[in-house]
Amino acid sequence: MTSELTAGEAGAPDAAPAIALRVEGLSKHFGGAQALADVALEVRRGEVLGLLGQNGSGKSTLIKILAGLHAPDPGAKLTVAGRPVALPLPAGEFRKIGIAFVHQHLGLVPSMTVLENLLVGEHATRANWKIGWGRQAERARALFARFGLSLDPFAPVERLSSVQRALFAIVRAFDQLEQTPDALARILILDEPTPFLPAEDVRKLFALVRGIVAEGASVIFVSHDIDEVAEITDRITVLRDGRVAGTLATRGASKAEIIRLIVGRAVDLAGMRAEVRELGPEAVVLSGLSGRSVADLSFRVRAGEVVGITGLIGSGYDDVVGMCFGAVRAKSGFLTLHGAEQDLSIATPHRSVGLGVVLIPGDRLAAGIVPTLSITDNVTLPVLDRFGSQARLSRGAMRDFAAARTEAFDVRPRDPDTLMSAMSGGNQQKVVLAKWFQMKPRLVLLDEPTQGVDIGARAQVFGEIRKMAGEGAAVICASSDHEQLAAICDRVIVLSRGRQVAELAGDAISKSAIAESCYLRVDDLANSSDTEAAAS
Amino acid sequence: MTAETAANAAARRQVWIDRGERYGLLIAWLIVIAAFGAVKPTVFLSWANFSTIFGSQAVLVVMTLGLIIPLTAGDYDLSIAGNLTLSSMTIAVLNVYFGWPIFAAAMMALVVGLVIGAVNAWIVLYFRINSLIVTLGMGTFLHGITLWISNSNTISGIDFAIANVVIVTRLFGIPLAFYYALLIAAIIWYVFTYTAAGQRLLFVGRGREVARLSGIRVDQVRAATFLVSGLLGGFAGILSVGSLGAADPNSGLSYLLPAFAAAFLGATTITPGRFNPIGSVIAVYFLVTGITGLSILGISTFVQDLFYGGALVIAVCLSQLVRGRQERLS
Repeated sequence: MTSELTAGEAGAPDAAPAIALRVEGLSKHFGGAQALADVALEVRRGEVLGLLGQNGSGKSTLIKILAGLHAPDPGAKLTVAGRPVALPLPAGEFRKIGIAFVHQHLGLVPSMTVLENLLVGEHATRANWKIGWGRQAERARALFARFGLSLDPFAPVERLSSVQRALFAIVRAFDQLEQTPDALARILILDEPTPFLPAEDVRKLFALVRGIVAEGASVIFVSHDIDEVAEITDRITVLRDGRVAGTLATRGASKAEIIRLIVGRAVDLAGMRAEVRELGPEAVVLSGLSGRSVADLSFRVRAGEVVGITGLIGSGYDDVVGMCFGAVRAKSGFLTLHGAEQDLSIATPHRSVGLGVVLIPGDRLAAGIVPTLSITDNVTLPVLDRFGSQARLSRGAMRDFAAARTEAFDVRPRDPDTLMSAMSGGNQQKVVLAKWFQMKPRLVLLDEPTQGVDIGARAQVFGEIRKMAGEGAAVICASSDHEQLAAICDRVIVLSRGRQVAELAGDAISKSAIAESCYLRVDDLANSSDTEAAAS
Repeated sequence: MTAETAANAAARRQVWIDRGERYGLLIAWLIVIAAFGAVKPTVFLSWANFSTIFGSQAVLVVMTLGLIIPLTAGDYDLSIAGNLTLSSMTIAVLNVYFGWPIFAAAMMALVVGLVIGAVNAWIVLYFRINSLIVTLGMGTFLHGITLWISNSNTISGIDFAIANVVIVTRLFGIPLAFYYALLIAAIIWYVFTYTAAGQRLLFVGRGREVARLSGIRVDQVRAATFLVSGLLGGFAGILSVGSLGAADPNSGLSYLLPAFAAAFLGATTITPGRFNPIGSVIAVYFLVTGITGLSILGISTFVQDLFYGGALVIAVCLSQLVRGRQERLS
């Protein structure tokens, strides 16, 4: 039963439920990279199927194919309620088939009312020129009552609590299914609907999901959270590296077994590891950081040390660096850098840069570079005072300097007059690193430093980060890319629900060890038997 | 070998396209002059005509220059026309009704302009409201004050000294007002091109979040641009009083659209894709030359609106094209 890849379907086949949706032979290439390889899965009528897998395992590609956003490679078969459906799906076709999506960001317009949000899909598909608001409100109330929700149709969505919004988004999706009575099936795909919800709210959401399934619809529940998946689903399909790693019945499956399917065994064969070297004295003390999803986080970083911060979506790992920089206000917390203490509830980027802290943001095009300006303009921005006096900027010196930096960071093309928008993601990121590393920062904050960066440039980015650390900078890197963390970090801190649940250092760091730690919970640490089972 | 020559030819063609873009408006201006000159050589090609064109439009040039500073930082200042009427009316009221010396009254106009800029900046930045809507309201509000303090009348009889230093005194036959406008354009050009402040300003406009994360105090930069545009609005008020010898509560408002047209048209030339002062000056005189020429030909006044309105829309389309092309290129 626990033998890994072949953990077969053990669902009790008593009433042989009809298959709502079946996918067979589904593959997808992006250029040379294979995102999905011969994936097969099925969802039965009236069941909740959990879809699990790490980042990059192919979950979102699979969902995007069902939404008609990607075309699969030829040869894939899709069957809905016994009838073959031609792939690729035209945009919007999923509605006619009877699939509805609720994504993590819910797709609600906060400033508009519940009722307006409810009817948005209808306005898009049907050409009614008159809206009977009173009648529609009645219908909405009846719909909400069916699932035990008390929502005022005329309240603006921004006044709903976050759980009410999630519940409403799910009910809305279900309503869209009901509004297409001639559809083949009723399948609701919930794509990470829970990460920002506290536990008691998740319970409410699950009650709603059970109500929906009881009406004969099917639900695909995509999540990172094994405990939640174990609670709500009937069966689980796990994707790993674009393949189905296994499908198993939820009842009777242990957490350790599921984690093993998600993480796999034969990893880290080609895993890079950062070389061990002498670290400097303690450089950074972060204490009591709270805000966004983070609760009371404290850690220390030594000069020359690269510390990774990771966790699942919603664990708060991605909020840490922004708050350390003052780009996002923290509720409370202090960052001490070589003895200089900074109150993070009032920190600003301006002050942080002045103290020798730099942030390499994750959203490069919005926050890292200005695409319509040249390499020279972008790279010299933080150090303009080096090129002559305040009253006389030497354009020639700026250009020469930029040329030297592009050379040093192997940016292509070399021409410093090149507009940023004309360069690949990897080269753009090298320019961002060149821009900040010239300042000899004492603390480097990285947010997904290789997002959208091609494989070749990736190694160069790693090299530059290690080099900067080698020159004595303390580095904090937030990332969900465990391979990357394993390659550059001396230490990795893992968060769950805003708190630290694990810390890996030295030889304990590996891609799979990090991945496993991400599934730890704060309450797991108390009864450590389960933890050991999960980590073994 | 052939591929290489083809590439060279393409590169050479690109150089010419770039040059055409850069000097296109200047060339278009010369063509317009030549065309009207051919039709009405005696009237149009006279120095008197040109000195009138240069001198009379200094107010519009200064307003346009006032606009491009917040525009570079990504903000609009639609109140600059209201600012112009109020500051010129301030001079008239203080000088004529209260007997202030003309110099003090003119300084007061600058103070009024600065205060307007400060209020704009405060509202936009403190309440985080789009500058377009704030300054739209502010402009009309200022016009209301102007009508109030002037009783909706044109006030004349202002100390002649101001006309002397603005329009009467000439250098090479052109009124001094023209040189003031050129001087301001030169200063802005220098700041935009050769100072760190200009570079930061550009980043605030093009990538506000990038600028903020780079440690630039974005709000301070934006506030400064409103102050400068307010100050230039006040200065345009002084030039307006000097040119007319009076303060008119309404006519200043008609400058707003031409100023925007010139700012956007100017952004298609000299340094295409960027608001720039030299391009703005050329754009103003291009537009005014066209209108003057058409009215010399005897075409009635509706051409002004056709010309300015059309120019604004065409200019915005052109700058969009330029930007799109720049992004595809290189």
